[in-house]
Amino acid sequence: MDGMTMAEWLDDFLFTYETLIHALGVHGLLALSMYCVMAVGQLSLGQAAFMGIGAYTGALLTLNLGLPFWLVLPLSALAPAVVALVIGGPTLRLSGVYLAISTIALGEVLRVLYINAEWLTGGALGLSGIPRKADLWLIYLLLFLAVLGFWAVGRSKIGRAMEAMREDEAVAGVMGVNLPVYKMGALVVSAMLAGLAGCLTAHSNSFIGPNEFGFEMAVTILSFALLGGIGTPIAPVIGALVLTSLPEILRPLQDFRLVINGLIIVVAVLFLPRGVIPFRLRRAP
Amino acid sequence: MTTLLSASRLTKQFTGLLAVNEVDVEVSAGSVHGIIGPNGAGKTTLFNLISGLLPLTSGTLTLDGRDVTSAPPYQRTRLGVARTFQNIRMFSDMTVVENVMTGMHTRLKSSGVASLLRLPGFRREERAARDKAMELLAFVSLADKARVRSGDLSYGDQRRLEIARALAGDPRLLLLDEPAAGMNPTETRDLGTLLRQVAKRDITLLLVEHNMGFVMDLCDRITVLNFGRKIAEGGPREVRDNPAVIEAYLGTKVAARLAKAHGA
Repeated sequence: MDGMTMAEWLDDFLFTYETLIHALGVHGLLALSMYCVMAVGQLSLGQAAFMGIGAYTGALLTLNLGLPFWLVLPLSALAPAVVALVIGGPTLRLSGVYLAISTIALGEVLRVLYINAEWLTGGALGLSGIPRKADLWLIYLLLFLAVLGFWAVGRSKIGRAMEAMREDEAVAGVMGVNLPVYKMGALVVSAMLAGLAGCLTAHSNSFIGPNEFGFEMAVTILSFALLGGIGTPIAPVIGALVLTSLPEILRPLQDFRLVINGLIIVVAVLFLPRGVIPFRLRRAP
Repeated sequence: MTTLLSASRLTKQFTGLLAVNEVDVEVSAGSVHGIIGPNGAGKTTLFNLISGLLPLTSGTLTLDGRDVTSAPPYQRTRLGVARTFQNIRMFSDMTVVENVMTGMHTRLKSSGVASLLRLPGFRREERAARDKAMELLAFVSLADKARVRSGDLSYGDQRRLEIARALAGDPRLLLLDEPAAGMNPTETRDLGTLLRQVAKRDITLLLVEHNMGFVMDLCDRITVLNFGRKIAEGGPREVRDNPAVIEAYLGTKVAARLAKAHGA
């Protein structure tokens, strides 16, 4: 740190890696959104789609209506929540891989919609010039609150019911858990989190395009939770941190970067089936 | 005695197989009612119909006069139906005490917001729930294992944990699917003692069991199923001497020989 003070160094560091540091926080929120669905034993690949709805809603409200950001943010969470309520009815009757497939479809339908509704979404060019209103502190405050919230609710009858559903859905029903309400609740909350993450992305990258919220992103979000684990709410966030920073850390390996990246994921899934953070939350006082 | 559970012309058809065929069962409040029958007689299917795990093909089901024919499982639990499973189905990653607390789901009133903010009322309710769970564990002699992962319990302990978990929802009717399966004579005797104590708590018991000594000893009334149909019903003595029951269990030849021997 030749001659620089700590504060200067930190400023320099934050400036250089700003995009990455924002992405780490946003991916943490997306990992929690995945966690929320997987915690009740469902497999959804619609998280990227919900993120996209949040991103486009937020960007359009800011660009076209000039709404203040404190209003844009909750509306961007609300829009995907409404979509989740509507598509949840028919899709939550499905289970396992069938739910995953039908939620992939949601992402694809929306992608085509973004491309073709050019007058509104800018088509394939996307939306640019979005004011950068999502700063570091806001992103990490929201992430912190989300982890805390899941932690608190996880240690209640709701957390116990969710784990029960994950282990044996039929028996959870016999214990008195209202299964449709819990599944829908988990999907709606997960959509809200993904919507927040989308809005934050739009207001930190200042650009969004239709291909950012497709199948690839859906799988990336899933891998956060798979790598981190779903025993505690912090686990998927750690998974997101690892998977987001790994490509940067491996940068010196140049062309081998993606090979090593892939290898780490494969090894983790094979040898750590409960994720890198395999602990589980205690749910009794 | 009043009727707690009334099943009328209960039928379940799995494509070509009539697993339960127009069965009528009346379970009196406060009784211990047994259901017996050879393998494949439809006993577990009947249990699944009563607890709501399977939809009925036809028939009606009332609990304490309320029609629950098409109520989902969680509503029946709220109305006081609890059950255990033939092949133990614990939440095996949870600790023993957490399993029991999961059984209290419908009895805990705190809202999601209260738990999110960890309000005093929520914390009080959680502590009370834990204390009640510990009492139930003491009742089934598992208090010392409260913090153990339930998948690590021995078989007999898991069976007793399932009973504690079912009791946690304050049921009025407890369905026990082969509670003595796989138990040695000592364990079976202890189970009988435990179930008698449960019955003393004003809980009506409906149980499926293959251990005849156990059933005859414990039950006030027994329903016998064979090939999905009810073939006999009555007190233990009545059922034991019923020719149709002997025939179902031992075959026509033995039944005829026994009848002759009795006649002689």
